[in-house]
Amino acid sequence: MMDISQNYFEFLALPVTYQLDLQALAERSRELQKTLHPDRFSHLSDRERRLSVQYTAYLNEAVSTLKKPLSRAQYLLKLEGLDTFSETQQQLAPMFLMQQMELRESLEDVVGATDSEAELEALRMAVERELLSLREQFDAYYQQSTPSAFEAAAVCVRKMQFFDKLGREIEALEDQLFDE
Amino acid sequence: MALLQIAEPGQSPEPHKRKLAVGIDLGTTNSLVAAVRSGESTTLPDEGGSHLLPSVVRYTEQGVVVGQAALSKASVDPFNTIVSVKRLMGRGVDDLKGLEGEAVYRFAERDGGMPYLQTVAGDKSPVEVSAEILRTLKSRARASLEGELEGAVITVPAYFDDAQRQATKDAAQLAGIRVLRLLNEPTAAAVAYGLDKAAEGVIAVFDLGGGTFDISILRLNKGVFEVLATGGDSALGGDDFDLALARWFLDQLGGKEVIAGESRYLTEKARWVKEKLTDNQSVVVDLDHAGQKISLTVSRELFDGLVEPLVGKTIRACRRALKDAAISIEEVQDVVMVGGSTRVPVVRERVEQFYGRAPRIDIDPDRVVAVGAAIQADVLAGNKPDSEMLLLDVLPLSLGLETMGGLAEKVIHRNTSIPVARAQEFTTYQDGQTAMMIHVVQGERELVEDCRSLAQFVLRGIPPMAAGAAKIRVAFQVDADGLLGVSAKELSTGVESEIQVKPSYGLGDNEIAEMLKASYSFAEDDMQLRHLREQQVEADRLLLSLEQAIQADGEVLLSGEEVEHLREQMAILQVLRNGSDAAAIESGVKILSQASDFFAARRMDQSIKNALKGHSIQEIEGDS
Repeated sequence: MMDISQNYFEFLALPVTYQLDLQALAERSRELQKTLHPDRFSHLSDRERRLSVQYTAYLNEAVSTLKKPLSRAQYLLKLEGLDTFSETQQQLAPMFLMQQMELRESLEDVVGATDSEAELEALRMAVERELLSLREQFDAYYQQSTPSAFEAAAVCVRKMQFFDKLGREIEALEDQLFDE
Repeated sequence: MALLQIAEPGQSPEPHKRKLAVGIDLGTTNSLVAAVRSGESTTLPDEGGSHLLPSVVRYTEQGVVVGQAALSKASVDPFNTIVSVKRLMGRGVDDLKGLEGEAVYRFAERDGGMPYLQTVAGDKSPVEVSAEILRTLKSRARASLEGELEGAVITVPAYFDDAQRQATKDAAQLAGIRVLRLLNEPTAAAVAYGLDKAAEGVIAVFDLGGGTFDISILRLNKGVFEVLATGGDSALGGDDFDLALARWFLDQLGGKEVIAGESRYLTEKARWVKEKLTDNQSVVVDLDHAGQKISLTVSRELFDGLVEPLVGKTIRACRRALKDAAISIEEVQDVVMVGGSTRVPVVRERVEQFYGRAPRIDIDPDRVVAVGAAIQADVLAGNKPDSEMLLLDVLPLSLGLETMGGLAEKVIHRNTSIPVARAQEFTTYQDGQTAMMIHVVQGERELVEDCRSLAQFVLRGIPPMAAGAAKIRVAFQVDADGLLGVSAKELSTGVESEIQVKPSYGLGDNEIAEMLKASYSFAEDDMQLRHLREQQVEADRLLLSLEQAIQADGEVLLSGEEVEHLREQMAILQVLRNGSDAAAIESGVKILSQASDFFAARRMDQSIKNALKGHSIQEIEGDS
């Protein structure tokens, strides 16, 4: 029933860019929520409520995709015809994979370490640094806006996915070690 | 203001047109009903002047008793007196094994996972028991507001899963209450606090009730209450404090096996001690148990030690919620306490210690949730067209599907803003597979058996193909109440297969219909009359909203021909509506809805444009 042909940026009236103004994103989101949310239609007919649920779901999906640096990068590439959301085969340089394995090993070593809290924190910082640098690289390639540059940007995205996953594992371990 | 036109088409209710809507706090221990009167939200008392209705239902051969009168018989007639039924809502028989020693009811053997309680008045489901409480509150509201209710906002713990929410909504339906919204209790409390103070910033709501615990982190901004993260335990509350102390009593008595009535006796004594300890350093309690008389002294220190593991759990949940919200402790501007169990001194101390600030307790923690719910009910009923208030919630627990090896694949993660729609693709495991079992689960754990099973259905009619060739898209949709709908479709051939959803622990629609029937004395006639009335209300609602829409935007968004066509269709429905054929009205509503869908979509797009007016032009200019 719902036909939204606009992409997330257009839908939110935001410029198509990686350097997104998160403040503006939050404000637009609030403005649209006030117009579209099902609670605005609760005294109206079922049909209008259903429509509003669909629109609000689209809005929420748009905001959550654009808010996070990784999914924002993936979405920008998707608009250029490169789908990194659902790909399973990832060809990455052996050097990079080696580095990943080493990082993973250090994560496993944290469990038995004498000062596991400090080591985990150091690891978290390292991951954060890598992610920051990958985001900068991505943006540089993305702005070049040529087919080969988009391919290079996709490689950055794949690397970000690795670090993002590692970051989540660090958090899970943190919960496990210090919460119970 | 253009922004609000679509939502509140030209409504400015005059006093006599004001719709009656209430907020209901359906609690584990006590329930309340509140309404906005003369601009102020207040809880409504019964004839005796008491606001709190004990959430206790007693079944006798003569009829049903709800509230204080039922509570006073809890120890003498334990099997027919149902207390804390909220803890059984949306639960399966297997879940209740963990409640041993406190679940003193007799459960009936039945098909399906839903536990039925044996009483002198027959087997009762937790949904029916809750409906009795809701009925009592409804009639209290009708008496004090002197009119028919348009609907109600009913609160649920933020941490309630889909099955528990659905059970609550079913109970409302059974009690004949139209649910305007299922609202999370912490959000309701934030509304009660936020509106008075016109607050901005981040607040934490710590809600410890009789049987449930919630922690929510919210951001308040210009009337928008946005839940950033929520956490908790839907089986942790003041009742558990009582149990911990009752167990200690039993140890002192030489710990023998407990029987129903005596267990109630000990937990009631424990509760009394707990409440006394709020204002005293120690309490002496006389126990008369199984022929043994004994006098015990309980100090606050001893009590604090007994409940420490429970309080510790709540603090850990606070830490996790902050992390999920990506908020530091320093950013939290206010901590709001909700629920009777936050009166326990050690709870307040630990919360204050954790957040580094004294928690807010200026609104009665027992009433604050109902007060907030009533404020939203007033807005949702359409009584406040100018209100900017909007409550945005999140999904409390991840939703997923069972995949090979009993693993849960998450489709929507916890703390995702709702409403949300998301789809995931799956494939077949064997060559020539023509059916697929789809098992929907909710929870954070990796294994399906550690998650809550919500529904199972079979997708049939998949064309036989090699393993891995079929593509099945399973779509989840969660509405603003946090309720889930699931559909599935085979993509490679475009064949859409029928699906059937069986709620694992809920009631089927036919069961609800049966119960509704049973609750009327002249079943058939009343059922039909009620159905007709419901369809007429829906037709009126559609006709009115369409009329207002045409008046507001018809000239701009519709051609003369389109207006004419819509008017014809409306006239047809109006004729049907004035008749008495419920089925005809129902299909008429469907036809007109479909015929006017394009208009609704155009209006929605138009209002998006209006909401973002100025921005686009600015950005495009700045961009080029």
